[in-house]
Amino acid sequence: MNDDYNLKGKVAVVGVGETTYYKHGQSPDPEFVLVLKAIIAACEDAGISPKEIDGFCSYSNDRNDPPRLANALGIPELRYSNMQWTSGGGGAAAAVQNASGAIMAGSANVVVAYRGLAQGQFGRFGRSGGSRPVSGPAAYTLPYGMMSAAQMYAMRTTRFMHEHGVGREAMRAIAMTCYHHAQNNPRAVMNGKTLDAETYDSSRWITEPYRLFDCCLENDGAAAMIITRTDRAKDLAKPLALVLGAQQSGGHRSGATAENVTDYVTSSFKPAVKHLYEQADITATDIDVVQSYENFTGGVVMSLIEHGLCTYENADEILTFDNLRADGGKLPLNTSGGNLAECYMHGLGLQIEAVRQVRGESCNQVPDVKVALANAGPMVAVASTALYGTEETA
Amino acid sequence: MTLPAKAAEPNSENLQFFEGAEQGRLVLPRCTACGFVIWFPREICPECGSQDVDWFEASGSGSIYSCTVTRRIPGSWGKATPFVLAYVELDEGPRVMTNIVDCDPEQVAIGDRVEAVFEEATDRDGNPGPPLLRFRPAEAQ
Repeated sequence: MNDDYNLKGKVAVVGVGETTYYKHGQSPDPEFVLVLKAIIAACEDAGISPKEIDGFCSYSNDRNDPPRLANALGIPELRYSNMQWTSGGGGAAAAVQNASGAIMAGSANVVVAYRGLAQGQFGRFGRSGGSRPVSGPAAYTLPYGMMSAAQMYAMRTTRFMHEHGVGREAMRAIAMTCYHHAQNNPRAVMNGKTLDAETYDSSRWITEPYRLFDCCLENDGAAAMIITRTDRAKDLAKPLALVLGAQQSGGHRSGATAENVTDYVTSSFKPAVKHLYEQADITATDIDVVQSYENFTGGVVMSLIEHGLCTYENADEILTFDNLRADGGKLPLNTSGGNLAECYMHGLGLQIEAVRQVRGESCNQVPDVKVALANAGPMVAVASTALYGTEETA
Repeated sequence: MTLPAKAAEPNSENLQFFEGAEQGRLVLPRCTACGFVIWFPREICPECGSQDVDWFEASGSGSIYSCTVTRRIPGSWGKATPFVLAYVELDEGPRVMTNIVDCDPEQVAIGDRVEAVFEEATDRDGNPGPPLLRFRPAEAQ
């Protein structure tokens, strides 16, 4: 797919930044200030002024809208703003995709993809119930105690394990890997807290088949990525991290949830992966390091299968702690600690970690990374997935 | 134990379903053009787009498509744990989110046959509303 209608290599991530990551409710700053600080940090990383930003992209109905942000940052021209609607953090790679699209279209020159969350200020993310009217779609879910994403995706994972007979061992390995990687990451909320198999196995059930350590954290913080044209990126401070491809992924009636989605046993990535690899002109074997969004570990197993990194038959054999660790594993996974052990910044931290791996800046650096994958939001109605690469991969 | 039972607020797209529930009957919409049984209840077929839809009484029988035993949850449902949240695949086709009641949560599994029960439900002011569709293990034949 080498034609004008392909962003491969034409845009680059030139700056990444985040605030301190806090446990939920512990941020001393309001959410809006967290977002501003993350954007300023990403600009410092890129070596540009925040006033150069002329476009904003976010997802999951982020509360911090571009006109307010542009005002607070003194931005002279707000040329572009964009919101990807989806549940959870399924839009993290989509925000990068939309930012890239804006640059390709000539709609903006420097776009920031961002996400902020202060649960102490605005309440717990993903929680349903409370005083919501039991009307519309809620009439068919709320009265049954369907209060959390964990329950919805527990049922999907149960069905996956029933149909394919794999996943239990891999889920434990994924959780242990994330905690292992967090120990080298000073940003990680779980830095200093290790997880062994016994601790995992004896942790409490939340909703079967998910134990405590299968579930993502809940945090306060913000993260941001600065995206611009590749010709401009070459003049900036950091090694090139090109966007090789980025896709959103929604299948037939994937928004149906209880309303009978056609393909239920899926991480939601089946429609996008073929487009992603075609766009980047790679295969799964070209990927050197993987950041795979863990809302829950079961979704990661399905995501890796659907990205072609293992199969339904060998998932438990391939997805082992020894294979997934950055220090010597064949399929290094979630090298920052991810949503389980670094921070649940709705997956934007995983996109940032993919960029750091391409730059050679990760705290768990995999040797000779050329291509890094970062996906977002398994099992949601619309997921997204992106590939980043070094200059030689374009 | 008895699970919380919050009544839904019917509207024009699902009135027949909730009126059926008042009578202990499972009433569902079916597309007259292509025969697709529609869930959530709505007079627009997601398969063929027809708005020519009839309502019929379903058997109330089905089997468990997937389920989870919820053991930790914040809020008022915390007192009801462990409870079974499930998708039941009705014999007529649709999968509906529900609870499996009158059961041992440890014994509930994919494939189990279940039958509909309608349980009393109240709105936020404590007034009775449309009964809630739940399922229990089917009587052994």
